[in-house]
This record gives sequence, structure tokens and C-alpha cells, in this order.
Amino acid sequence: MNPRLAKVLVNGSLCGLAAAALLPLLWMLSVSFMAPGEASSLPPPLLPVHATLDNYRELFAHAGMGRYLLNSLLIASAITALALASNLLAGYAFAKLRFTGRERLFQALIGALVIPAQVAMLPLFLLLKTFGLVNSYAGVIMPCMATIFGIYLVRQYARSVPDELLEAARIDGAGELRIFGQIVLPLLKPIMATLAIFTFLAAWNDFMWPLIVLTGQEHYTLPLALASLARDHVQDSELMMAGSVVTVLPVLLLFLALQRYYLQGLLLGSVKG
Amino acid sequence: MNRQRTAWLFLAPALLVLGVFFILPVIAALGLSLTDYDLYALADIRNLRFVGLHNYWALLHRPLFWSALGNTFYFVAVGVPLSIATSLVAALLLNSPLARIRPFFRTVLFAPVVTTVVAVAVIWRYLFNTKYGLVNYGLAEIGIHPIDWLGDPRWAMPTIIAFAVWKNFGYNMIIILAGLQAIPLDLYEAARIDGASLPRQFWHITLPMLKPTMALVAILTVAGYFQLFAEPYVMTEGGPLQSTVSVLYLMYEDGFKWWNLGTASAVAFMLFAIIFAVTTLLLRLARHDEHPAGERT
Repeated sequence: MNPRLAKVLVNGSLCGLAAAALLPLLWMLSVSFMAPGEASSLPPPLLPVHATLDNYRELFAHAGMGRYLLNSLLIASAITALALASNLLAGYAFAKLRFTGRERLFQALIGALVIPAQVAMLPLFLLLKTFGLVNSYAGVIMPCMATIFGIYLVRQYARSVPDELLEAARIDGAGELRIFGQIVLPLLKPIMATLAIFTFLAAWNDFMWPLIVLTGQEHYTLPLALASLARDHVQDSELMMAGSVVTVLPVLLLFLALQRYYLQGLLLGSVKG
Repeated sequence: MNRQRTAWLFLAPALLVLGVFFILPVIAALGLSLTDYDLYALADIRNLRFVGLHNYWALLHRPLFWSALGNTFYFVAVGVPLSIATSLVAALLLNSPLARIRPFFRTVLFAPVVTTVVAVAVIWRYLFNTKYGLVNYGLAEIGIHPIDWLGDPRWAMPTIIAFAVWKNFGYNMIIILAGLQAIPLDLYEAARIDGASLPRQFWHITLPMLKPTMALVAILTVAGYFQLFAEPYVMTEGGPLQSTVSVLYLMYEDGFKWWNLGTASAVAFMLFAIIFAVTTLLLRLARHDEHPAGERT
């Protein structure tokens, strides 16, 4: 094939794919600035005639979007901090500390990965109901405070920490917790960033479990609020699009800023998943 | 001895969380699926009765379960190959030495993966609106009559599949791209010297070398696609005519709308069994392909 033609073909196809990936998102952004009802006209407008922030104002002033945004931030941050702590400790223990049954326990955890999370949801709901945790932030956060995937990720990474380093510190009389805090954690920084962004995005985007456990609007996260808005306000597409922007933009920006770490985690998690 | 105790202390928080909030509930779910736990038992636990395998038996005689299963299989059988094919094409394009500004394209193509399902499902619902949607408008320009995408039982699932492909192809694209980059370049060099054309190189080098990656991607995607829930919840509410009720959607409605937690647990375990069976089968096929002579590693 003619090399110039090939070049045009490859880059043209990439442009086509990129357009398909981006257009729905760009269109969402555009419609979110339209006046109420403007998007429901023919031909469908691509850009707002007079760009307005009315939809955003309406969302935050009357639809409680500020509250939902805070809920989402609070829940996702708490899950990220707590899951990071427990997964780092456990992953490091599986990689570097010796105890009886280590390999078997780790294999059992990996085996448990085949169980879909939804199987646990019905009894989990009853359990949390017994403790009065249904419709509370804790109800959403607690089941996510550790993940098998996170432990696996940390273990794979922590195995590269040299044993000599740890042994030397032990001979110097350092306690295990101090070794972990002062020697191991600094070495684990890259995987911490990876795990943090992975956990935060997953918690932010999570839908099914919050939908089950959060029964009152005051605790709703953004996806829940948006889904309920979508069922009640079918006609107000401009408002819905503004709500989608508020929901999607934070994670999209976070991904753009920490892309390298995110993609690294994706590959680490799947190479021998 | 002291070191043993330290290790368990390090493990304790994570194991406690996983044990209490995951392993224990999974075991309880199995027990729950053997009872008639419903609204009455929720009010007073003394109304709970052990019913053995009755829930499973009843499910097998329930038309809605079979259609939910059919819908889910439809979604998996069409959605997974389409998703992976799109990922493969995108990865090949990105890996081509002819491609320009690759980091930009990679980021853009991956962007849908990190977006929130609910938010982008809302966008798609509007793009595919019968009257005002851009899709029908575009089709009208080339003379195709408007299609009631989400309101016609024949089109609702294909629309959800298109959405899932758009949302997810970037994920596998990254994994396949890494697989492509791991293929030694001298293999292509040798083939070029032997005069092998590009399609032949693709067929005889790229695809065989990519097989383990493709097997992994297929298994992960199948397991994920069986867990279809948020898309129909937001885009169609299971309709029209229950054509987009998935197994998980059924579990959600049984469990948290009608409070038949016994039945819903049985649905959850059926789904687990199906995912397990299908992924095991795929794993076997992949292993068999790797060692055609029956040797084992």
C-alpha cells in the first residue's frame, strides 16, 4: 500500500474513534449551557444560542446538588483513605512478613475474586440494618474499607522491596511498625498513588451498593441523585446534562492529572489477574 | 513467634473488613437462598421458614427469570465480542508506527472508561431520544425513518450494547496495547525479510503472540458484562416489555423492591454459578489452545 495513503488511513481512523469517544461528552457540556427547552427543538442544536449557567444555578440552589457533591466527596475520600491504609498493611504483610499459612491464605483471597460482589449485598443489607447503619455514610463506606484487588496490587509491588533493607533495620533494633512507616512506605509511594486514584474513582462511580443502602435523599451521592433526577425530570434534559457534567468532570480531571498512575495500576492488576 | 504476631496484626484490618462485609455475607447468602425470607420475616424473624431448594426450583419455573437470563446472555454474547474487537482495532491503530500524537489519542479513547455510568447513560438516553436525539436526526439526513431506540423491545438491548462498547472499549485497549508492545520487533523484521505481507504478519505473528492477552481480556470482560445493572436501571428501567431486565436487575427488584430476599439470594447464586461456569470454560479453552499436545505447565 502507498505509505502516504496508509498514514492517512491510520490517523483518519484514530480521529474517527476519538470523535466517537468524545462527542457524547462534548455534547453533554454544550447542552448543559442551553436555556431550558432549547435542546428539545428540531433540528437538534449543537451549540447554545446564548450560553447560560442557569441549569447549574438551578441544580445547586433548588435540587440540592451541593449536598450530593459533598456527600460524594466525603464518601469517596473516606473510602480511599481507609482502604489505602488496610490494603497497604495487608499487601506488605503478604509480600514481606513470614507467617504460617501465608501462601494458602493469599491463594484463598485470590480465589474469592471470582465471587461477584453482588452475592454479598442482600445479607450485608440485613447485617447493616441490625446495626442501624442503613441510610448512613458508614453503611456505604464500611464494606469498601479493604479490597482483594488492592491487597493484590500492593503485594505485587512490595515484593520488589529488598529483604536486606528490612533485615538491616531489624538488626538495628527498629520495630516492625517503624520499619513499615519509615522504610517501606516511602518505597511504596508510586503504588499508593495508583491505588488511591483507582479506589477514589471506583468509589465515586459506584452505583448499586449506595443505591441499596442509602434510602434517604439526604445521603445521596451524585450518581444516585442523577439517577433519581433522571426518573423524575425526564423532560429537563438541559438540567440533566448539567448534573452529568457535575458528576463526570471531577473524575475526568482527576484522571487527566494522574493518568500515568491509573494506567499503571490497570496493567499491574491485569497482567496476571 | 513475635514476628508471626506482627504479621497478623498487619493483616487484621483488611481481613476483618473482608471477613465481616464480604465472606460472611456470601455464606449467609447461601443460607438465605434456602429460606423464604420476605417482608414478613423482615418484620418478625419468627416468620422465617426453611424451604430447601424451593427458591431455585421456583426460579426455573419462572418465565421472567428465563427472559432475564436470555437478555443477559444476549448482552454478553454480542457485547463482549464487539467490545473486544473495538479494543483490538483501537490498540492496533495506536500501536502503528504511522500513528501521530499517540498519547493524545490514547487519553481521549480511554476517557469514557473513567466516566460515571449513570451520568453517561443519561447522555446516551438523550442522544437516542426518538424525537430530539442526534442519532435519529443524523439517520433522517440519510433517509432512515426514526427508530424508537429505547422504546422498541427489538432495539433497546442493541442500544445498551452500543453504550457498553463505547463506555468500556478503552479499558481492554490499554491491556491489548501493552500486549502488542511486548511482541519482539525482530519477529516482524524476520517476516518482512521473508516477504510476508502486513495481513500475513498480523495473522501469523500478532494474533498468536496476543493470544494469552486476548484470553485474559475475554475472561475479565465476560465476568464483568454478566453483572449488567446500572445501564438498564437508568436507560430503560428494564423495559420495554422487560426486554432489558438483566439477572442483576431481577435480583435488585426481587430483593429491594419486593423484599423477597430469599428468592433474590437464589438469583444471585444462580448468576454466580453461571459466571463461574462460563469463565472456567473460557479458561479451559485458553489453556487447551496454549498446549495443543495436552502438555501441562
